[in-house]
Amino acid sequence: MAQGLKRGFSYGRPALVAYLMAGYPDRERSLAAVRAVAAAGADVIELGVPYGDALADGPTIVRAANEAMNANDGGFGLADTIELAAEFLAAPGVTEAPPVALMTYYNPMLRLGLAQTSELARRAGVSGFIVPDLPPDAAGEWLSASEGLDTVFLAAPTSTPERLAKVGEMSTGFVYCVSTTGITGERADLPALLADTVARVKSFTALPVAVGFGVSTPAHARAVAGLADGVVVGSAIVKRQHDLADLTEFVSELARAVRTP
Amino acid sequence: MTNESAHETGYSGADERGYFGPYGGAFVPETVVPALEELSRAFSEAMADPLFVEAYSTLLRDYVGRPSALYRADRLAAAVGLGAVYLKREDLNHTGAHKINNTLGQCLLAKRMGKQRVIAETGAGQHGVATATAAALLDLECVVFMGTEDIRRQSLNVYKMGLLGAEVVPVDDGTGTLADAVTAAMRHWVERVEDTFYVLGSALGPHPYPTIVREFQKMIGSESIAQLAERGVARPDAVVACVGGGSNAIGTFYPFLMHYGRDELPLLVGAEAAGKGIDSPLTGASIALGDPGVMHGFFSYLLQDERGNPLEAYSISAGLDYPGIGPEHAYLHDEGLVRYVPVTDSEAVAAFSQLCTLEGIIPAIESSHALALLPALAAELGPAAIVLLTVSGRGDKDIDIVKEAGL
Repeated sequence: MAQGLKRGFSYGRPALVAYLMAGYPDRERSLAAVRAVAAAGADVIELGVPYGDALADGPTIVRAANEAMNANDGGFGLADTIELAAEFLAAPGVTEAPPVALMTYYNPMLRLGLAQTSELARRAGVSGFIVPDLPPDAAGEWLSASEGLDTVFLAAPTSTPERLAKVGEMSTGFVYCVSTTGITGERADLPALLADTVARVKSFTALPVAVGFGVSTPAHARAVAGLADGVVVGSAIVKRQHDLADLTEFVSELARAVRTP
Repeated sequence: MTNESAHETGYSGADERGYFGPYGGAFVPETVVPALEELSRAFSEAMADPLFVEAYSTLLRDYVGRPSALYRADRLAAAVGLGAVYLKREDLNHTGAHKINNTLGQCLLAKRMGKQRVIAETGAGQHGVATATAAALLDLECVVFMGTEDIRRQSLNVYKMGLLGAEVVPVDDGTGTLADAVTAAMRHWVERVEDTFYVLGSALGPHPYPTIVREFQKMIGSESIAQLAERGVARPDAVVACVGGGSNAIGTFYPFLMHYGRDELPLLVGAEAAGKGIDSPLTGASIALGDPGVMHGFFSYLLQDERGNPLEAYSISAGLDYPGIGPEHAYLHDEGLVRYVPVTDSEAVAAFSQLCTLEGIIPAIESSHALALLPALAAELGPAAIVLLTVSGRGDKDIDIVKEAGL
């Protein structure tokens, strides 16, 4: 069932990777939001797992995670997100569902059990995992438990050549290039050195490279699409996640932007 | 001989990747991984550089006042029924707690690495004050993250940090306590990693911090061993310290683990915060109640819910209400080398009061958790037993809290 994340990058143009917070503003509306984003032209869906100690996330995503955990009776976590992904992939509302990656911190995976996490995700049709607090050095156990799933590692502007080589070598699906030092969240401008950062990351991998963190507007998306194989938009989408019309319009604009660099 | 004995306990600290058995490691965003690698290298180089070691020891002697006193508390020993209680007086250090040992070491290291700016998290405010102090002394810009609830509980320390020239950033997330301050400091570090040194205050966080903090606190234990020997005590029967993240405790225990073979190792006891009790939701006892998991960049015992979210920890003590424990402690627990015992708020308050009235020493409410274990140790080890106990800090900061608790 599971399809690789790479398929999202196979259209001969930059891909739009859309991040949504699972369970926010509540479970049903987040499912509707995923369908809306798929219909509006997202090439890969990144589903965020609500977590209480999101080290790499800024205020928008942290707030959405907290609301997701509070709005859903008994909380909302990794297993709930996998079920949500399964429901979406079974009935995506579009002819072909875009591949789904889960973006989760490591502890929910440990708590559910790495083997169980991997088994449930595979059965749900999830394509891969992005785990911001699991650098390649610490990922051995997960990689041996996650056959059939992609694992996307993050490359940062601070990464040394040795580390970029490791990230490039150990990632499957694509490489997530963090645009700037810092946490997720909207920013007014793209970092000045972004082109260099992306070029550095690309020189260490044959996989598609998608750029995220701070990509906030269609204009940003268009600029990033000129540099990379994919554009990840998170906080700016999550901010509109409670309003389907606004969300659809915004993601459609992003999709147009990455298609017309 | 030390090495041979250490080999007998089977104890060796972390491996090169920062694992104590299964615990520790570095579970952090890629952005800071290179900084942690750089820190590991810089730390090893510094510790091998006689000039760095000399500068650090000189500050410890002349500025902190080390070695700290070892005081035989006879009235306390008589009251609890022990042969002797030796108090290792970290409360007499400059700034009033053990925290300054570590912050001077880390700030010297920051300086050596060419960083002009340091950040820190703080719970009770002791680490914040100690970082602000070292930063003032070494001419570093200093920003301290502190939960809003802790700011309320520890207003004196907040004021002190301001006097010392540090900026205190209130953290309003979660319960506004230590864990939230650590998260905020780590997020900020990810943002400013290139020009900022993160002075972590406890023996936790991603590798190499647990080892760095231990190395900058282990004089507590090594001085104690030497001072006890001077008094004719070759081996205490028990060694006690309080454990939140666990920096004063690991600094106390580690030299004993390295010095004595397993057969002659004193009973090492860590007092963790039970809060209102380990059968209550208001607790901070991560060894007694936690399950292994990852938080703040390391794998250790962690109070967490069924989905893996860290739980809010509670303790009367702002220095102990942390939902995790340093990874080396988790390992020492599993190996049976240290015993961890939960102590409630009210037991700690009673022990606080006892030390005030019997010895004229006002201990930190954190340290009072360790003191509270003495009667049970007397019952277990007998009336001739000799106990070493680390008084990690002084209690001026806790006056309002114990007043609220009815003292």
